[in-house]
Amino acid sequence: MAKEMHSTPMLDQLESGPWPSFITGLKRLANDEGKPYQNMMIDLLGQLEHSYETRKGYWKGGTVGVLGYGGGVIPRFSEVAAKFPESKEFHTLRIQPPAGMHYSSKLLRDMCDVWEKHGSGLVAFHGQSGDIMFQGVATDKVQTAFDEFNAMGFDLGGAGPAVRTGMSCVGAARCEQSCANEQKLHRMLVNNFLDDMHRPALPYKFKFKVSGCPNDCMNSIERADMAIIGTWRDDMKVKQDEVQAFVAKKGRKYVIDNVITRCPTKALSLNDDDTLAVDNRNCVRCMHCINVMTKALSVGDDKGITVLMGGKRTLKIGDLMGTVVIPFMKLETEEDYERLVEIAEETIDFFAENALEHERTGEMIERIGLVNFLEGIGLEVDPNMVSEPRQSSYVRMDTWDEEAEKWFARKAEEKAAA
Amino acid sequence: MPNMPIESGVPDPFQYMHPTLAKNFGAWDYHDRPRPGVLRHVAKSGDQVWTVRAGTQRQMDLYTVRKLCDIADEYAEGYVRFTIRSNIEFMVTDQGKVDPLVAKLQTEGFPVGGTGNSVSMVAHTQGWLHCDIPGTDASGVVKALMDELHEEFVREEMPNRVHLTTSCCQINCGGQGDIAINIQHTKPPKINHDLVANVCERPSVVARCPVAAIRPALVNGKPSLEVDEKKCICCGACYPPCPPMQINDPEHSKLAIWVGGNHSNARSKPSFQKLVAAGIPNNPPRWPEAGAIVKKILKVYKEDACEWERMNDWIERIGWPRFFELTELPFTKFHIDNWRGARRSLNASTHIRF
Repeated sequence: MAKEMHSTPMLDQLESGPWPSFITGLKRLANDEGKPYQNMMIDLLGQLEHSYETRKGYWKGGTVGVLGYGGGVIPRFSEVAAKFPESKEFHTLRIQPPAGMHYSSKLLRDMCDVWEKHGSGLVAFHGQSGDIMFQGVATDKVQTAFDEFNAMGFDLGGAGPAVRTGMSCVGAARCEQSCANEQKLHRMLVNNFLDDMHRPALPYKFKFKVSGCPNDCMNSIERADMAIIGTWRDDMKVKQDEVQAFVAKKGRKYVIDNVITRCPTKALSLNDDDTLAVDNRNCVRCMHCINVMTKALSVGDDKGITVLMGGKRTLKIGDLMGTVVIPFMKLETEEDYERLVEIAEETIDFFAENALEHERTGEMIERIGLVNFLEGIGLEVDPNMVSEPRQSSYVRMDTWDEEAEKWFARKAEEKAAA
Repeated sequence: MPNMPIESGVPDPFQYMHPTLAKNFGAWDYHDRPRPGVLRHVAKSGDQVWTVRAGTQRQMDLYTVRKLCDIADEYAEGYVRFTIRSNIEFMVTDQGKVDPLVAKLQTEGFPVGGTGNSVSMVAHTQGWLHCDIPGTDASGVVKALMDELHEEFVREEMPNRVHLTTSCCQINCGGQGDIAINIQHTKPPKINHDLVANVCERPSVVARCPVAAIRPALVNGKPSLEVDEKKCICCGACYPPCPPMQINDPEHSKLAIWVGGNHSNARSKPSFQKLVAAGIPNNPPRWPEAGAIVKKILKVYKEDACEWERMNDWIERIGWPRFFELTELPFTKFHIDNWRGARRSLNASTHIRF
């Protein structure tokens, strides 16, 4: 027999309006006669209304997990369990979705069936880390629910000071701008560090994100400790007949105002016959013109990746963007991919040994300097890593000659290899 | 021996991917947008896929998920995917299926849109529903905002795409956005000294403070922590490792609005969002004061920005003084940054628009 519904006058106001209402969904579960989660969802609504009335949250953490793992379950115990006892335990399972967030309807239905039996019936697609968040499960059901997802081929994501769930864009599966095999990179990188994901023992979190082109739809520069972004180094491709068709359709003024003059390095010019001239040496692969003229312009053939490290949000020293540590890297052979995984391993090892507690990679780089970090992970300096060289003359340069020699030696090596 | 987990990690997506996407993996030619909410991708093989994008509430009950599955099975070949902003995408290979799918989604209450130069769904956090440190709700704020901005989601009438985010504490899990609506605490934490010694690992709490305002102290004979309230920036970083240092305050935790965050490399380099408004009441269930400011900023942006200008591109062109003039938001001493590296945000030139 279900308990009585709480009065929820504030939440009720979130049921009207054109956007889909999560409150209507919660109420549907709370009214679901005979379902194991019904009473839990009645009290959950009660607690949420209580939060709306008092403008405070009432969840606290704790320790809940599954056998063999040290993370991946987000424990939530209610601080107002005396008033709302049925939702006193309302933990989340973070489950890693298929790379690129593809689902068959059968998969989604199977997931719903598990969650109907063992959980609250509430699920979020997806959390900010990129997990499916199965929200609301009692402590004694956590293991059973996880076992069923695990048997379906799904694994817990990261939480706490660990390698976290990664994200990759739809990429090559449906986007002509893709310059990389995003899902392969995502899976190779994250799946190589499952021990560091499932047994949190790093100084703090470490995130991988993969975007197939510099549009960076995964926000990787701003949010990932290691951002992998597809790019190309030969000429971008121009279909001149399509350029002319585009100019004919949109007008010269539109093309000049929205394509030519919006190029950040002035690398574009509209010819008198309405074809496009491109100064490819000065193109910085920003994607703008390709975004506007999707049929006429496209990325080049000599594809690879740029790697940036150290992006993060506010805590503790302020927002940091990632910094270029590998300007360009080909990913053709399995050895190429393995080299990238090696760099990730070097980075996480260095991070584990050198970061302070609760310090992100970007903060560590800020504290020790980029050069020390690069030496630590075995990467060479490159002018693409800076917006501009040093301004301050307060620096010791005892080994200038050796460093200059290294540069010339590297350049000679590259020339010989080319 | 109990079952140990199968450490399978990230699943292979091909088993759940629409077959036409799998078949043309890495071999797409171009795309266009036949109408708001619909993308058409053409493969080099000549195959075509229409993607219909719809908004969801993100936090979904299983009946909503099953309803979306029913729609996928009946109208869209049985496959879906989700975007980073919690929009759902249905892929169809037959153009004739697009209109019935759009109509069905609309009938079932899922707005079709979020493509191109629209206001897409808000990237958000957990809030009072599930977070242990929230200063406000997340799903409720988003519902209230998207009700107001629904018309801009289903149309493509903005100068360029608009990404919104909300965060329910200053850690800002919602991330960077063209417009971000985030909690901003305004008072130092209230410490329950009876609990600190038992609940908090004091040295790590001390280390967590960005301005070194916390120190160990004996209070009423008990080991506890004290805060130098003059130094405290009210960021709330001490609260997660030490819940007895309560930072959330029903009255004094306010909302702040930030603009100009942009993750893309298109045109300019990626940019962080900047503070434009604060002191906004945290006012459930519909947060009308925050919504009004967001709508005002969007209205001015829509009227004044040129095509393809993201929020940051537009402000870069017109300058911040004009932004504050057009949006009628006050410019205060709090807008002038004093955090590390802040001098680069000061105007060291005579470049001034009159």
